[in-house]
Amino acid sequence: MVDPAGEHTRNGTERPTGTFTVKRGLAEMLRGGVIMDVVDAEQAKVAEDAGAVAVMALERVPADIRRDGGVARMSDPSLIEGIKDAVTVPVMAKARIGHFAEAQVLASLGVDYIDESEVLTPADEAHHIDKWVFGVPFVCGATTLGEALRRVSEGAAMIRSKGEAGTGNIVEAVRHLRAILGDIRAVTQADPAERYRWAKDLAAPIGLVQEIADSGRLPVPLFCAGGIATPADASLVMQLGAEAVFVGSGIFKSDDPTRRARAIVEATAHFEDAALVAKVSTGLGGAMAGQEIDALGVRLAERGW
Amino acid sequence: MTIGVLDLQGDAQHHATLLESLGEVVRPVRGPRDLEGLAGVVLPGGESTTLSLLLESAGLFAPLAEALAGGLPVLGTCAGMILLARDVLDGRSDQRTFGAIDLTVRRNGHGRQIASFECDLDLPIAGAGPIHAVFIRAPVVERVGPDVEVLAVLPGGTGPLRPEPVACRQGRVLVTSFHPELTEDRRLHEVFASMVRGDLATTATP
Repeated sequence: MVDPAGEHTRNGTERPTGTFTVKRGLAEMLRGGVIMDVVDAEQAKVAEDAGAVAVMALERVPADIRRDGGVARMSDPSLIEGIKDAVTVPVMAKARIGHFAEAQVLASLGVDYIDESEVLTPADEAHHIDKWVFGVPFVCGATTLGEALRRVSEGAAMIRSKGEAGTGNIVEAVRHLRAILGDIRAVTQADPAERYRWAKDLAAPIGLVQEIADSGRLPVPLFCAGGIATPADASLVMQLGAEAVFVGSGIFKSDDPTRRARAIVEATAHFEDAALVAKVSTGLGGAMAGQEIDALGVRLAERGW
Repeated sequence: MTIGVLDLQGDAQHHATLLESLGEVVRPVRGPRDLEGLAGVVLPGGESTTLSLLLESAGLFAPLAEALAGGLPVLGTCAGMILLARDVLDGRSDQRTFGAIDLTVRRNGHGRQIASFECDLDLPIAGAGPIHAVFIRAPVVERVGPDVEVLAVLPGGTGPLRPEPVACRQGRVLVTSFHPELTEDRRLHEVFASMVRGDLATTATP
């Protein structure tokens, strides 16, 4: 992946900041961890105490956005400042798809990662944010390999499979992870001529398709979001090939957020150890109430292209 | 000869890939039994608060501390350096460290992600020619004990020590505040592999 801004000359200094290497580097450090949605400093502390590798600041958790409706926007800066002061782990925050002014505000607040997120109401139906012009890294959601590569081509340094946020239902996360990873495996089998057809079909840059064909993986870490509600859900998506998990409503909409958060952290770290997942799943109290996908009024994953 | 890479959370994969490309046998370490028969161990970058919690719950903290005290060679990068340092500033109050190297380090001393940077550094122990160093929300070394050898410095620097030490060694403990595993340059891992084999003369034991 070549940073069009120039990997080693950005800022014109010998100690460049905001390069693609340092953006992707933070994503690499979060691997095997759990990033938790929080709406205020108090929840952020619960998340950090439970072992979250990062917290995601947003106005309302997805389940509440779904229930209340209306336009969902970036958080109030005072809440983000409060969360930054409360924890030592990286703080991420969500901006609306295409809303580069919200992203500029979040960057000025010094957040560590910006999530250009379909969970908020999109601000632009045709254009995502040009992420290369920012020094702060971005994560974006994707449902397919083509969507993931379009986001990477715009400068995203981390991809998360979208799933269906706020449902407590893992089925869409599994669908999106399998779609992305299955197509990566297929691309590695393509001969040189077939790579061009893949690029056309995926509506993705040929350079990125060739990179995947050679490496067998996305150029940036692939995390999983949208519907994780139990330790076994985390183990499932990690075994399918996710490199870390985002948990939104699943924690703070459950009966015992502190214990559930901790259990999901343990299950993500030890995702291959079924006995351990069984142990941490025991007696957690009720998980968030889930929803059938067919019963949903709004499909968040359909936002973005 | 098997080198373990702590694989509870963080950037274990890149360390493993680099060590394997040097011909080393690598074992992921997730529980106490994974420590058996190791010739060396790597504590990778990640979130040090999460790592210290998971070390405790996996029952790894005490046996790893014992192995380190017994002279098991260790490489710690970024969060790994924090876990190995004697004193940590700006950490969580319940954060435990192994105290294997006589350093005081400040967590996130370089600031938030927006201040993360990369640059070339001289690392004479790894041979001639600069090594490319990637600093991600990096800790800052603020005190270096008398028995610690500074292997590389950052000109200028951020903390009270100028220039700022960014690679240090004491006995069989090697630490960096940057991420050698995020580049293709294998020389720092070659230095560690030599330490594990006992080829490299060590300074005072910890």
